[in-house]
Amino acid sequence: MSDFLRALTRGSGWLGLIGLLLIALLLLVAAFGPFFDLPDPTRTNLRARMVAPTLSWVGFGAHPLGTDQLGRDILSRIVAGSRVTLVVAGAAVVLGGIVGTLLGLIAGYFGGWLDRLLMRLADIQLAVPLMLLALMVIAALGPSLQNLVMVLALVSWVRYARIVRGQVLAVREREFVQSARAIGASSARIILRHILPNVLTPAIVVATLELARVIVLEAGLSFLGLGVQPPFASWGRMLAEGRTYIASAWWIITFPGIALMLTVLAVNLLGDWLRDYLDPRLQVR
Amino acid sequence: MLDIRDLSVGFSRDGRFARVIDGLSYAVAKGETLGIVGESGSGKSVHALALLGLLPQPPGKVLGGRAVFDGEDLLALPESRLRDLRGARIGVVFQDPMTALNPVLTIGRQIAEPLIRHKGMSMRQALDRAADLLALVGIRDGGRRLSQFPHEFSGGMRQRVMIAIAISCEPALLIADEPTTALDVTVQGQILDLMAGLRERLGMTMIWITHDMGVVAGIADTIQVMYAGRIMERGPVGAVFASPRSAYTWGLLQSLPHGARPPGGRLHQIPGQPPDMFALPPGDPFAPRNPFATDRCRVEAPPLRAVTDSAPGHSVAAWYDLPALLGRAA
Amino acid sequence: MLRFLLGRVVDGLVAIIGVVTIVFVVSRLLGDPTVLLLPVGATTEQMAELRAGLGLDRPIWEQYFSYLAGVARGDFGQSFQFMRPALTVVLERMPATMALAFSALGVGIVLGAIAGSLAALYRGTVVEGVVMVLALLGQATPVFWLGLLLIMLFAVELGLLPTGGYDGPASLILPALTLGTFTTASIARLLRSGMLDVLRDDHVRTARAKGLMPGTVFLWHVARNSLIPVVTMTGILAGELLGGSVVTETVFSWPGVGRLIVQAMEAKDFPVVQAGVMVIATTFVLINLLVDLLYGVLDPRIRRRG
Repeated sequence: MSDFLRALTRGSGWLGLIGLLLIALLLLVAAFGPFFDLPDPTRTNLRARMVAPTLSWVGFGAHPLGTDQLGRDILSRIVAGSRVTLVVAGAAVVLGGIVGTLLGLIAGYFGGWLDRLLMRLADIQLAVPLMLLALMVIAALGPSLQNLVMVLALVSWVRYARIVRGQVLAVREREFVQSARAIGASSARIILRHILPNVLTPAIVVATLELARVIVLEAGLSFLGLGVQPPFASWGRMLAEGRTYIASAWWIITFPGIALMLTVLAVNLLGDWLRDYLDPRLQVR
Repeated sequence: MLDIRDLSVGFSRDGRFARVIDGLSYAVAKGETLGIVGESGSGKSVHALALLGLLPQPPGKVLGGRAVFDGEDLLALPESRLRDLRGARIGVVFQDPMTALNPVLTIGRQIAEPLIRHKGMSMRQALDRAADLLALVGIRDGGRRLSQFPHEFSGGMRQRVMIAIAISCEPALLIADEPTTALDVTVQGQILDLMAGLRERLGMTMIWITHDMGVVAGIADTIQVMYAGRIMERGPVGAVFASPRSAYTWGLLQSLPHGARPPGGRLHQIPGQPPDMFALPPGDPFAPRNPFATDRCRVEAPPLRAVTDSAPGHSVAAWYDLPALLGRAA
Repeated sequence: MLRFLLGRVVDGLVAIIGVVTIVFVVSRLLGDPTVLLLPVGATTEQMAELRAGLGLDRPIWEQYFSYLAGVARGDFGQSFQFMRPALTVVLERMPATMALAFSALGVGIVLGAIAGSLAALYRGTVVEGVVMVLALLGQATPVFWLGLLLIMLFAVELGLLPTGGYDGPASLILPALTLGTFTTASIARLLRSGMLDVLRDDHVRTARAKGLMPGTVFLWHVARNSLIPVVTMTGILAGELLGGSVVTETVFSWPGVGRLIVQAMEAKDFPVVQAGVMVIATTFVLINLLVDLLYGVLDPRIRRRG
């Protein structure tokens, strides 16, 4: 752990540090958002429609980042949106990660037809651009939060599976696995106790990079109207709603966009750094 | 042919800086073959790269000195002039044939490149000449080989190709940096013979850098033993081998397996490790590992001085008198 | 080499069949279009009649196989919305999407190559820093937001370029730039790291030792060797581009296949959804095939192995 921290703070790790700090900021905002005395993000106030940002908290009803076309405070919507983004993306990554890692482990360890089948499936899924796939499935199943998480997880399992499988193949033939097999350990035990720990590292790297991808995907889906539904706020939706008002109220789309960009940037920075730190030889792409 | 004066090269790593070569001076006469011997880190490869301007400038840095080649100071020349000399008048054979060739270009093309650049040939002419060169270095079926790629050649053959490239424009000086180190022994012998033959034919001056005393014995006229960036001993090969004056040279020679020694005996080893260039002790850099070191060795670095009772050109950097010490120990 | 190719083609075909199946399954889940197609208050008989007419009343297996047979013939059925062959409708929009995707790819490759090379050659200087920061930002910026920003800036504020639509080259500029930004950033970063590795390789030193001109060394010994990972990435990028075109086309009201698919989904127009996704998936598979081929050309070591 201490080497991890040291690597972050020394020399070229500063980018990763920025990423980590930004993410920490995001988490803080998301977790403690409701404790700040911000106006209700879903409360509409038609008398305060499209108020320009004042960047200050002074005064009753001040809107530091302005209000949108229905009079809702943008800052609080951004804060609320951060929670949604984190929860949805986080859940999707965890779910996709678990499923993908498991499938990768099975494919890699048992090999044979199971492996071939899974890899074929992966190839087929990869033949369809992610966005389209997600779009189709969501449109078919209906845009509820659970479905959204499921779809996002579905879209990403492939990457984990591929990388994990590769690692398993590499580790499988090493001596400690062979000796475990020789003393009669069951497959499940071998997989869990010996192979899994070695495979976690690349899986984590994939997870961080996937997180960024999933966040963008969710935002895109919300933008198209198929993601998070009202009353939940989502940065993607805010962009879609603000689209009509570009000419008159530039702040409606600008701030959520900045929030999105910073978040993705932070995750990318952390993910890249993590990859270099854990194993620079890893070709995750 | 080549006269080096006071060459100093430094290296930086992790914020620290060290003089890897300090005040190196020596000369190579036309037609001579100089064998430079030393362990890794002795600076032997570094100074050759520095001469040609091929030293990666971070982290390396040429700190001073002159290297006069045929009237021009290599270290003071602009890059454009160096480019004209490289490949044309000075050829280089590098150590690792597996990585020294470009994997995505054909062999023919790679040999043709310097010919096109320096001799103004067309691709067609250069390729014809390349086929001849391949024959010269002992690769049969040159015509077909020209359109093949490096991965289709074995290590020994790749090195022959490297040699073909190096001599393609008939350079006056050939610098070979451990050309046989990465090859097996039988192939080594072949390459050595090849180089000796080429040297005769083309009348080249050669600098042969190696860590293998056996190789030096086979091909060099003059031997120069380096340690920690300094010359420890220098002289005609026969004289130095017969009567080494530096404990380091002696140690190296002792480490060679001797036919005369009873089998089952342990090989002689020079005790200790090569020095850390970033933390050099004062005095003779070899002193810490030298069983014959005197106190003066540890304090003051000995200059290179001629040895009076040996062949002309034999000089050594030592405060002690090795033959006397050896005689006493025997 | 031939065997390598054939293997890839077979893989591609299998992938496409798989996609076809997935699309079929999913679009059936989209729901029943009859409700949308008929005016309110239609009787159940009318709905049943429409269903029969559309072939929706037959068992699912029958539908699947006749669908497959149709696909092989190029017949995806009639679009419910436009009452024309679905494939035709999709193919009409292909040129627009292709124009967008290729321009974005072109922009990405050219700018990315320049940026990446500069960053690698001028390592450790301001140039590299600037390029890297821009690349990081470029990769992090969501495509649709960038599109909106660009519209805001260039079309609304400055009035230089149109806000959308498909008339004339001027309207291609903003969408291509938007979609191309991510591509540029990815290629720049990849090329830079690849080139840095190559610059350290021994063969570059050999090239210099031959006294070759710096331009020659760069082109034939550095750039040529750095291309390989970029080419592999192009395949992946193509996928992202095709996917990204969906959103970009929506933002810019660009009449391409992506936008068509989204609209078709809302209208529950299965044939068009199926045809659209198929066309895009097939294009993607073809591009990957091309990339594999190119890979073999660029790296002679691969050719033998296949």
